[in-house]
Parts: sequence; structure tokens; C-alpha cells
Amino acid sequence: MPDVRLPTVLRSHAGGASVVEAEGETVGDVLAWLESTFPGLAGQLRNTDGTAHRFVNVYVNDDDARYLDGLDTKLTGTDEISILPAVAGG
Amino acid sequence: MLTMARDAYLVLVGHCYDGLPLEACGLLAGDPDAARVDVCYPTGNEAASARVYTVSPRDHLRADRDAEDRGLSIIGVFHSHTHTDPYPSPTDIAQAPDPTWHYVIVSLREGAPTMRSYRISEGRVEEEGVVLA
Repeated sequence: MPDVRLPTVLRSHAGGASVVEAEGETVGDVLAWLESTFPGLAGQLRNTDGTAHRFVNVYVNDDDARYLDGLDTKLTGTDEISILPAVAGG
Repeated sequence: MLTMARDAYLVLVGHCYDGLPLEACGLLAGDPDAARVDVCYPTGNEAASARVYTVSPRDHLRADRDAEDRGLSIIGVFHSHTHTDPYPSPTDIAQAPDPTWHYVIVSLREGAPTMRSYRISEGRVEEEGVVLA
């Protein structure tokens, strides 16, 4: 049961929680679980085709999931997932 | 109104000049309720561009954790405009990730840095005053 740390901008969609105990064996499972458990998060984490939204960055412990196996990255119960907004501009 | 610790301001401006000729960026941590910046976290600009910036995701994670350890929150982002006014570009407005954040822009166009801060929500931009304390 990996813990997921949510950024402030998404907490209001998850009952105000900053950390959520999620279910799932992969990063993709966890994002899907979050979206189904907290309907307000639907569309905030994944695109309609199930790929990760480009406006969020997902980390497993200290590593950006994109540099692991992406949404297929396997998780253990002690892994901590962090979701942060992608911050960019001009 | 945004209040910024003087030390944080000095780190912020120094990082903007260090980044020249490219845009520099970083994150601001403090107390969201008091709208006060206590710590400035310079971050890498993954876009490595003079026109756009992308906060390094790894640096963002590091800043977020350090801020939490200090009992602070990330409450904003800053970046430099190397040759234009310190006003949010259409890209800044379109990509603003959090309506509760403070968006600080430093223009390096003139001989001295010019810093402005904005709130950006649903495409609307409102400037706010900045006080160094």
C-alpha cells in the first residue's frame, strides 16, 4: 500500500489530505486508483488514453517515474509516490 | 501583498543573474496563510532557454521535501525575463499550475533588477505588492 503525497493544488480533491494511502502494484495502477477513489482528480493525473498528464510529475521515492518504467514501474509497500505539478512558463 | 525575507530575495536575484544569458527559475517557500517567502530554492531550468523555463522536476522534489522538513510549503515560483518587462507571458498564464501560488518575475532588462509578483487564476492576472522584510 504505497503512500502518495499530493501537491496543494490537488489536495482539495482528496478531502484535504496531503498524504493518501493508495492501492496498486504499479504507478499506473495508483494513478487509476486515485482517479476512481477521488472523482475530483479525474482528468488531473492522466489523459483519456491513460498516459500520465504532462502537467504533473510523478516520483517513486527520489526518482522521476519517467526515468524508471513510467506507468509500468512496479511498487512495493514501502515506496513513497510524490505527485508535483510540472512548473514551466516563458 | 507578498512579503519576502531579504535573504531569499538576494538568493533569487543572484540566481537570475547567474543564469544569464538563459532564463533562470526557482521555487519559493514560506507560510501560505501569511503570504510570506522565507526560503528561495534556485532550480535548474530544464528548457535551457532564453525564452522559456521548466523547473527541474528533481530540484522541485528536493525543494518540496526540504520545505516540508522546515515546516514550510512551496507557495510560488520565480523566473527571470532577460530582455522583456516583468509581466507574465501568455505561456506563464496558460501554464500557471496553482491558483494559490505567487508568481514572481524578475526583469534583467535594465541595469538594476525589477521584481514583480502576480496571482494567476483561470487566465486572470493580478499584480500584488512585494515587501522585503
